[in-house]
Amino acid sequence: MTTVVYVVGDDISTDVIYPGRYMATVLPSETPQYAFANDAAFNQKLALGGAGGIAPGSIVVAGRNFGCGSSREQAVSCLVGRQLTIVARSFARIFLQNAINLGLRIAICPTIEARVGDVLEFGAGGVKNRKTGERYATMPLPASRQAIMDAGGLIAYTRARLSATGA
Amino acid sequence: MAQTVVQKILARASGVRAVKIGDVVEPRVDLAMSHENAALVIHQFLEIFAGTGRTPAVWNPGRIAIVFDHRVPAESPKTATNQKRVREFVAAHHITRFHDIRGDGGGICHQVLPENGYVHPGHVVVGTDSHTTTHGALGAFAFGIGATEMASVWALGVALNVEVPATIKVSVHGQFPEFVGPKDLILRLIGMLTAEGANYRVLEFHGETIRRMNTSGRLVLCNMAVEAGATSGIVPADEETARYLREEAGALDFIDEVQPDAHAGYERTLEVDVADLAPMIACPHTVDNVQPLTEVAGRHVNQIVIGSCTNGRLDDLAMAAQVLRGRKVAKNTRLLVFPASARVYREAMEQGYLATLMEAGAVVMNSGCGPCLGVHQGALGDGEVALSTTNRNFKGRMGNPTAAVYLCSPAVAAASAVTGVITDPRALGGEARP
Repeated sequence: MTTVVYVVGDDISTDVIYPGRYMATVLPSETPQYAFANDAAFNQKLALGGAGGIAPGSIVVAGRNFGCGSSREQAVSCLVGRQLTIVARSFARIFLQNAINLGLRIAICPTIEARVGDVLEFGAGGVKNRKTGERYATMPLPASRQAIMDAGGLIAYTRARLSATGA
Repeated sequence: MAQTVVQKILARASGVRAVKIGDVVEPRVDLAMSHENAALVIHQFLEIFAGTGRTPAVWNPGRIAIVFDHRVPAESPKTATNQKRVREFVAAHHITRFHDIRGDGGGICHQVLPENGYVHPGHVVVGTDSHTTTHGALGAFAFGIGATEMASVWALGVALNVEVPATIKVSVHGQFPEFVGPKDLILRLIGMLTAEGANYRVLEFHGETIRRMNTSGRLVLCNMAVEAGATSGIVPADEETARYLREEAGALDFIDEVQPDAHAGYERTLEVDVADLAPMIACPHTVDNVQPLTEVAGRHVNQIVIGSCTNGRLDDLAMAAQVLRGRKVAKNTRLLVFPASARVYREAMEQGYLATLMEAGAVVMNSGCGPCLGVHQGALGDGEVALSTTNRNFKGRMGNPTAAVYLCSPAVAAASAVTGVITDPRALGGEARP
């Protein structure tokens, strides 16, 4: 159960999530400072964290095709670093794959409606907006990536595969 | 079972006779491409090996390509240091298909790979760049992945858990009117499909217009397939593919022109006739916000960009030179030209295109991604408007969230440079000097 802190529309590109001018910064330990950097107020609240800013575990609600555009993984690692959960009506393919690989908390919720300040409750197969009382079904993440999720991300998964194959 | 081209490629690469849509396969990778973000791939690759007790080793150094293009020459000490780390890794792991910042062989990855004959029909190509879809123009199955996914490919040599995608057949007929071409076609298609209309799908291009189109034009179509959300675009290989590979890319080995079966199962078919197609413009701030040029004609533009992995090839520069010959770039705008590769740069120089463009007032920059993604060269001022032959116009794309970017063909870009406003090349007043 957590609070919605940011609501965005359809087709939010990775240029909005992580502007290209910061792409020389690559390390997951360094990318969070530039999350949503073009929105200075939100970016600063993220930087403050729980102390007067945005608490870890907070939710961003998005429309369709969230994370479209560039394959830049910084757009995922910056959100992982800020411990955000993304609930979107749909995700762009590469972003979704990167999110699973890096363990970003996401939910695909094709009809989600929420405003900043609403509280969402996650249950089996759905999300409830406690403010409005509405329930919204969530779609399962791709079954083809389940093994990667179970392993705790792609690095751990590939490491295990390497050991298993003796390659 | 009748199969699409991508089904056939994935079946063969996965060592099975046939695959169905939705099957999960692990195809071996023929080519794994990265650019500057190889710095992050290397970090994740070393992370995979950390704690395993093994010495980090790539699965096949001959199948990895690294091309510096996003920030060349380096715009900051941070980029320069990343590039230095990549060079050290390339040397230590004997990666041969490495294209550094050079005037005799560098350029944008999506031009360097085709022109060096690295991509063949039937290949599985992955790249840490969303525009890796470009290479489908040569009959390969090529798609973008993230850096950690690439680290995994470097370690294992396969793409993990690939779902066999459904295919939308795009059948194109008719002859392009003068000054209308592949860029106008793909913008029109993206407008029809919307930004996620081809999500998890492949766009397979057919029809006599495609068969007549040269590889350069096909690269434009497949490059921008991702802007409709497509996993990839693909043009089944034909005589033109073989000609390009042998004559322009120096390919010597056997070329397998893998074809779809006659009754392959397409999710749907789009029929497009280009005979009446007009110049198209993608308006701010999404690529699917496509309008006929007439809707935005006359709008003032502060900066015009001709270049990128979409439209920085020799015939694009030839078109720009044809329009600008004997004319001048308007005083109230500026024109930046980025040849897509060192080879394109040199050929455009030998053909006299660059001299023509410079005489008109264009600034010819070094090969690379330039201002397309807003990290380097040609930033926009607050509230400025750009017209560009690149492939994206998202808010902030060219580095300034208060600026606006319109996307168009090289012919429209060149004509608009003459007037300083968005202009149909067919409406350009007066005769250009021959």
